[in-house]
Amino acid sequence: FPGLADVSISEDIPVEGEITVPVGSRSPDEDYSTLDEPVRDTIMRDLRAVGKKFVHVMYPKKSSALLRDWDLWGPLVLCVSLALMLQGGSADSKDDGGPQFAEVFVIIWFGAVVITLNSKLLGGTISFFQSLCVLGYCVLPLTVAMLVCRLVLLAGSGTVSFIIRLIVVVAMFGWSTLASTAFLADSQPPNRKALVVYPIFLFYFVISWMILTFTPQ
Amino acid sequence: IASLVMYLLAEFDDAANLLAANPDATTISIDEPVEIPKNQHGRLQQPGREEDDELLGTDDSDKTELLAGQKKSAPFWTFEYYQTFFDVDTYQVLDRIKGSVFPVPGKNFVRLYIRSNPDLYGPFWICATLVFTIAVSGNLSNFFIHLGKPTYHYVPEFRKVSIAATTIYAYAWLVPLALWGFLMWRNSKVMNIVSYSFLEIVCVYGYSLFIYIPTAILWIIPQKVVRWVLVMFSLCLSGSVLVMTFWPAVRDDNRRIALATLGTIVLLHALLAVGCLAYFFDAPELDFPAPIIPAHNGTTVITKSQ
Repeated sequence: FPGLADVSISEDIPVEGEITVPVGSRSPDEDYSTLDEPVRDTIMRDLRAVGKKFVHVMYPKKSSALLRDWDLWGPLVLCVSLALMLQGGSADSKDDGGPQFAEVFVIIWFGAVVITLNSKLLGGTISFFQSLCVLGYCVLPLTVAMLVCRLVLLAGSGTVSFIIRLIVVVAMFGWSTLASTAFLADSQPPNRKALVVYPIFLFYFVISWMILTFTPQ
Repeated sequence: IASLVMYLLAEFDDAANLLAANPDATTISIDEPVEIPKNQHGRLQQPGREEDDELLGTDDSDKTELLAGQKKSAPFWTFEYYQTFFDVDTYQVLDRIKGSVFPVPGKNFVRLYIRSNPDLYGPFWICATLVFTIAVSGNLSNFFIHLGKPTYHYVPEFRKVSIAATTIYAYAWLVPLALWGFLMWRNSKVMNIVSYSFLEIVCVYGYSLFIYIPTAILWIIPQKVVRWVLVMFSLCLSGSVLVMTFWPAVRDDNRRIALATLGTIVLLHALLAVGCLAYFFDAPELDFPAPIIPAHNGTTVITKSQ
């Protein structure tokens, strides 16, 4: 190779490293294979990821962990628990009561999908599932509000309890909206931010309304 | 400057006529577009000069669009095709909403605000907001009306949300479809100067529903007179926007058909308002004595409902 004759390695650049040849049955991607680990490890890893995202929602900082490693376990758990807690509402006839389980489920998931489509159509750069993940996780404050409301309703359902519930639901609604806006607003073009934030506001408003109007039997 | 504006508008008229007759043609204009300093139209609009900028800005951008030819050229199965329907900025949506609430006599909503950039964002989200506003306001209003009664037990009435959604979305999409079909049919018989595309009609209808949102919130007030005054007021505002939009499209037709079309448009709009008021909002009860109820031991009890 005549062209390599004048290639020289300078003496003050250390060249070091390891040259090993993989031997035996050790496959190159064994580090990523999780098939052989104990089931407990698998479950704990997912639970820890979900828990970390919950913490990110409760203290929304500009971190990309929520966006990067999206998962839909958290939203599913939150949606199911919220829908279950909204059961048992009072109704004289079936038509007048609160939302059924399927209605809550559909509203949350269909609403999140529509908002995601809306933000993508407006030119957002976030991916579909990342946006679903953020919107689903930001239901956490409202689920906490539902829990608090049910506890307060156990104590009584007069005006005082209504005022407490109102304050809690309004505070959690604001928290949810701010948290999801903090994660989602950056991926939108700057002159369309309000167009993207408004449907999120409407979405959490509807969920808050369902929580606030829950009356037990 | 006024004569310049008039000249631009006249030119724009001609261009629109040519385009309406043959949508695929590209029109070429010989004279130069007016030089408008860059910072007056586009993203950074100074609020004080909005009126002039709207007319000049819209015309200028329309001229460039007419000169550029067809805009929406992506095939309908790609995502980009649908993105062209959401090509609006915040200030544009706010302008269109303002235009639907304050009808300017003589100015056409489609011409002034939408011209060749109909969006689906406004119609869809205004309808969604209206659905939930009507359901929530109806629920609140019923709660306040029946508040004092001992036998009243609050119910969230969640079923009404689906009914409201079906009604309002059907109105906002099926009525424009029917109207568009009707106008196309008339177009084949009578050469109309102005014709609207389906999306532009959907746009007008969607934005014209915006006035019903504050109206629905104000319907919580449990006074019949107040409610009917609100109905009349909002019907006048949004009905006039619709009439002024569709008058140019039917004025070249047979006079009776034109009037019948406009009458149907206003009638359907009124029916929507009155229907929503009647179904979602219980009537505030008048102060009249209830029937005499004989108690067990024979003494009569008169109850007064409030």
